[in-house]
Amino acid sequence: MQTIEETRTRPTTQPRKKWRPVKDQSKFEAQLDPGFAAEIAAEVEGGERLHQCIQCGTCSSVCPLSAYMDLTPRRLVAMARAGARDDVLHSVSPWVCTSCFACTVECPKRIPITDIMHALRRISLREVTYPRRFITPVMTRAFVDMISSRGRSTESWISLKLYLKTRPTELLKNLPVGSRLVQQGRLGIRRESIRGREDLRTMLEAVAR
Amino acid sequence: MNATRYAYYPGCSGKGVGRAYEESLLAVFEHLGAGLDELEDWNCCGATAWPSVDEQQANALAARNLALTEDRSPNGDPVDLVAACTGCYRALVRAETVLNERGPAAEKLGGALASIGLDYEGRARTRHPLDILVNEIGLDRIREAVVRPLSGVKVASYYGCLLVRPFATFDDQWNPTSMDRLVEAIGAEPVDWPLKTRCCGGSCYCGGPVIGVMPEATMQLSHALLREAKARDADLIVTICPLCQFNMEGFQDRMTKRFGHPHDMPVAFISQLVGIALGIDEKRLGIHRLLRWRLPEGEPATVGGGDHVPA
Repeated sequence: MQTIEETRTRPTTQPRKKWRPVKDQSKFEAQLDPGFAAEIAAEVEGGERLHQCIQCGTCSSVCPLSAYMDLTPRRLVAMARAGARDDVLHSVSPWVCTSCFACTVECPKRIPITDIMHALRRISLREVTYPRRFITPVMTRAFVDMISSRGRSTESWISLKLYLKTRPTELLKNLPVGSRLVQQGRLGIRRESIRGREDLRTMLEAVAR
Repeated sequence: MNATRYAYYPGCSGKGVGRAYEESLLAVFEHLGAGLDELEDWNCCGATAWPSVDEQQANALAARNLALTEDRSPNGDPVDLVAACTGCYRALVRAETVLNERGPAAEKLGGALASIGLDYEGRARTRHPLDILVNEIGLDRIREAVVRPLSGVKVASYYGCLLVRPFATFDDQWNPTSMDRLVEAIGAEPVDWPLKTRCCGGSCYCGGPVIGVMPEATMQLSHALLREAKARDADLIVTICPLCQFNMEGFQDRMTKRFGHPHDMPVAFISQLVGIALGIDEKRLGIHRLLRWRLPEGEPATVGGGDHVPA
């Protein structure tokens, strides 16, 4: 379990490895980690149903974002079950997932695929295998940082931070919309915060313990 | 009639991009004799970003709000918390489910709450404003209160992902209808379309305008929604999620450029449309905060009567 300090700074004490794309490296039995499915099952309620997957592909076909994934949900489940740990944890798919739960709802075997995606995010944050310049991990961190220090998020600050950190060109492209939002009072500059910040901290630390 | 008052959870977007949602909800609820009182010192619900870091911490964030809600009614009565944003709604429901299962996870959360002098007894219940409007206040009462029936306005109701998933709460999971019934009750015409719960790509992160996450993917998804609504002759889209609303509304110019398909579809909150039918001043409904807004020109129906009430 991580303490707040750890979640607020770098996720783990491990050195930051260079990220590599999925290369289907787990081709031989010896490269597989047969305990991986159990590891996921321990993270997710109902995760052990992973073993019941019939590879029907319903998840991949209902997923609105599978076209942008390097491993579609069906493949990801198959590889996770087989124990292709390294490849699965280097995949961008969990970070592309928008958590719309379409796969979870449609899965005939009731596998909690979205929750598994979240679990894979957690593991890859811990082991620093997440895609480095990809925006979602940066976003997650910025969001968690902001909430743990202030208790609420302020959209303008998070967006600005994200754009500057990952793709400043997008900032320019969205400038027209952004300035209109400011005019309409929909994008405040004032940072929101709550009074019970200390309480929040205490509570989050109590959970992490 | 006694005014029912609900605890109200605006969520971070309700104070930012979705300000018009909050304004119109408050106005509509007040008009219908049901007040919304903002929860004192509420904190972020954890959204879908926090479970990617720590699931229990995410639930704890939501649980604090539930515990604070219970403090509002010390006499032991059940108390409703109206969560406006769909993302917040789902996060609060998730925590509520975990807490009510009373398993080891709930115990841990209980301990965390106790460490800051709070307690969750299981009395606070998360509700969605749509649920309250349709099932508590009731369509009949809304129908009676309509002074400007929006006859002839074709409305596509977009529910988004998290209202009905991962499990249904008050509406059908595959074909939710509460918003359509509401649209009908205010005299407008609901458009039948298949993309009611298809993901808009807004990513449901409480980061607001985060199209930067994956601009291409987001635009593809919103484009599909807008195109389908247009193909089915909708005059406007109404929704209940601040992120969906912004996502579909804000990038239409960019989408037009990207896909060569002219987009000019007003996307509003259902509460704004209801407010207009109830004759509430547009300023109070935050209509001026929308990037594009128009109702089709037509014969404005007269007050009290006509055939706008569906059988």
